[in-house]
Amino acid sequence: MSNFFDKSDLTRKDVDEIVSDTLKNCDDGELYFEDSKSESIVLDDNKIKSSNYSSDLGFGFRAISDEVVAYSHSNEISKDSLKNSAKSLQSTLKSIKGIYNHEIPKTNNKFYDDINPIEQKTLDAKLEVLNKVNDYLRKKDSTVKQVTASFSGEKKSIEIIRSGGEALTDVRPLIRFNVSVMLEKNGRKETGVYGIGGRQSYDDYLKNDNWKNVCEEALRIASVNLDSKPAPAGEMKVVLGPGWPAILIHEAIGHGLEGDFNRKKTSAFHDLMGQKVASEGVTIVDDGTIDKRRGSLTIDDEGTPTERTVLIENGILKNFMQDRLNARLMNTKSTGSGRRESYKHIVLPRMRNTMMLSGKQTQDEMIKSVDKGIFAVSFGGGQVDITSGKFVFNCTEAYEINNGKIGSPIKGATLIGDGPSILKEVSMVGNDMMMDPGIGTCGKAGQGVPVGVAQPSILIDKMTVGGTKL
Amino acid sequence: MIKDQEYLKSKASYCLDLAKKLGVTDASVTVGNSISETVSFRNKVLDESNRSDSLAVSIDTYLGKKKSSISSSNLLEENLKILIEKCFETTKITPEDEFNSLPDKELLAKNVKDLNLYDQSHIENEKKIDYLKELEEIASIDNKIINTESGFTENKSNFILANSDGFCNGYKSSSFTASCVAVAKDDNSMERDYEFTSKCHLNDISNPLELGKIAAEQTIKKLSPKKIGSDKLSIIFDKRISKGFLSSFAGAISASSIARGTSFLKDKLNQQIFSNSINVIDKPDLIKGMGSKCFDSEGVKTDTLKLVSNGILNNYLVDTYNGKKLNLKSNGRCGGSTNLYFENGNIDFDNLLKSHSKILYVTETIGHGANLVTGDYSVGATGFLVEDGKFKYPVNEITIAGNFKEMFKNITLANDLEFKYSVNSPTMMIDGMTVAGK
Repeated sequence: MSNFFDKSDLTRKDVDEIVSDTLKNCDDGELYFEDSKSESIVLDDNKIKSSNYSSDLGFGFRAISDEVVAYSHSNEISKDSLKNSAKSLQSTLKSIKGIYNHEIPKTNNKFYDDINPIEQKTLDAKLEVLNKVNDYLRKKDSTVKQVTASFSGEKKSIEIIRSGGEALTDVRPLIRFNVSVMLEKNGRKETGVYGIGGRQSYDDYLKNDNWKNVCEEALRIASVNLDSKPAPAGEMKVVLGPGWPAILIHEAIGHGLEGDFNRKKTSAFHDLMGQKVASEGVTIVDDGTIDKRRGSLTIDDEGTPTERTVLIENGILKNFMQDRLNARLMNTKSTGSGRRESYKHIVLPRMRNTMMLSGKQTQDEMIKSVDKGIFAVSFGGGQVDITSGKFVFNCTEAYEINNGKIGSPIKGATLIGDGPSILKEVSMVGNDMMMDPGIGTCGKAGQGVPVGVAQPSILIDKMTVGGTKL
Repeated sequence: MIKDQEYLKSKASYCLDLAKKLGVTDASVTVGNSISETVSFRNKVLDESNRSDSLAVSIDTYLGKKKSSISSSNLLEENLKILIEKCFETTKITPEDEFNSLPDKELLAKNVKDLNLYDQSHIENEKKIDYLKELEEIASIDNKIINTESGFTENKSNFILANSDGFCNGYKSSSFTASCVAVAKDDNSMERDYEFTSKCHLNDISNPLELGKIAAEQTIKKLSPKKIGSDKLSIIFDKRISKGFLSSFAGAISASSIARGTSFLKDKLNQQIFSNSINVIDKPDLIKGMGSKCFDSEGVKTDTLKLVSNGILNNYLVDTYNGKKLNLKSNGRCGGSTNLYFENGNIDFDNLLKSHSKILYVTETIGHGANLVTGDYSVGATGFLVEDGKFKYPVNEITIAGNFKEMFKNITLANDLEFKYSVNSPTMMIDGMTVAGK
């Protein structure tokens, strides 16, 4: 286990005393230590462009009384610094008389190993892979004009110390390998991006020269786009491919089902619990327990073991995602969804791996049923306005569908829809559920956390496609 | 208290000395400290207080043309020693890159002007609370407003940049930011909008009554929106959106995008890229400017650049590394633009609204739909339909799309430029974009 304060003037007894003393009249709160080591190695424009190593150690001290959260964080680990933080918390929460909630569930599960992925592959070996990627792509296709390839790896160790001295720890590895390629043909430029990753070592993802598959996929997306024509504009049927396009679920539904927005009644979903929000056959879960996935966590950032939370079951809204604060105020239990980007950030209810489960239809049936529409396979990112429920996501690989057949590729376009009603427009759910390749980062209130998504192919009867061709 | 220059300098020179002792040929170090205190309110009661104190060091070490970097928040000498050793070891096995180097000595900033970027005033949390109470009281006065959230942040920063060529400089800066987000509801819809103010000096921020009032009014105006049909329309972008086109433009003319060949503005130097009435300025030495800088993140002096005059692109934003690749001298823009703005156009706001019988007025966009490689642009939008110069009704769930190459040539600017942010634009109209709706 990591010793977060063994090089400081703090002892465990000091820490326990300060924590217990500060939180004694609070409803909840904890001291969170974090030690993260991370690296990023980037090849770009035929050269190793950067090789960065970063080491960050700090704490975040949180005290909660009723609805009020006081937070103080610092990267100076010392008795003075911790006492200053405690003072800052006490000055916010002056007249409090809460009863500290000691209850926190325990778990013996572990969804990833205590490894440091950075140390498990030498820098030389990483540089070699990046150079191979560059050579492979540039030799493979003369239209390749730019290649960027990168490794990023992290080992984050955390310890949560609660009032009364209870301590919970977790060690979280995370890696990502990414390739981006730009092609130029007849004066036209297009890019293709693909990546893989999760909570294992680099080599777990790169065995059997898997880097070649990543290259091929990036190249394929870019090549398709070189021949793309302007996207249509207006409402039409949309077939989404399996896997990564599930960022639709993440944006359209996921954020709106996070506990904070529903407690505050600012989510378009806050008064829809128990009601039909999706077509029959649509089931959506948020699961933090899938082995070694990017969005998985053994315990969340408040120490609660993660779980598989059913959000929508056969079209009916069943649960919101909760951290401890929002769960308490809404009279329910944490779903292990309390997350933070780092010790510098407060805990918020967040998604983990958000998945729409498989149905019975095939992708073929969906395409055949569409007279005029688009087939969207790959996406950039998305965004949602929680309150109005309107969400967007950006296609990076899509095709037109004419009379039940896939036609020409179309240029990247934004698709816009309405969260609470979009899932009622889902008329077919495929039998081909797939996880994304392990590359997602979700942003909320300025905090980025790693997440996953999954879905089968789906047919949406009506969505607005933001192309240029009327 | 924020760490003073002497403390930061001592840490920086410790790192430089150690790196030199290990045998690096060049090194550069940035040490920074930032303290911020935020108080948040929701529905007129205290919701959150947050104090953050961060120290950070980042070090680049060079061995000839080999380079690598480390960063850390742990400034204990013992830790710094381990990290610098690790950095140097990494540097040794990193391949050479002929363009790696510290900036040219003659380009380093010599005289650092006082741009009045630091206000030492400290506003106690109690005072922040008073401000937010007043703000939310006004914001929630209309019963259509069902939720208000507001926040007040005070930030103080100080930094030192030092390199092995003898550059060693830094300065303090401060910011005071207040914001309000309101949620309004009627029988048909629930909508959200916001307003904020951010300044280097406490006395310059908007008063709470004004801020709360604007946030509430803007939110209520959005209620019961309609979706409009797909069409080619002239679009007017509110100032808070029009500035975004300048940010995209700055990204597309950064030397790194140009050198990599991944910009739609590559090879466009000295060519017409905007309509000939358009001028774009980047002015680093604006007094109290939110984007003001005395030197860039490599220590290179910054001069005012007229990036675009009469629609013609004059400069890229050049840093040392990419400048060497492009055979250009750094113009002190490592880290991007400073105070970037469009000069005013000739038409006033009211006449711009009347310039076409039917106009879409956009107040918010969502999504990351700007592709700087191709110039393709497609985002979700909300706003208002304007007919004959009058706001008719709110509009949402639509997208707007075009390509920057054509959009830039079809820009008309109003004459209402204000310096509110680090990137500023007057109200902007673009003709000929596609709106996708029903």
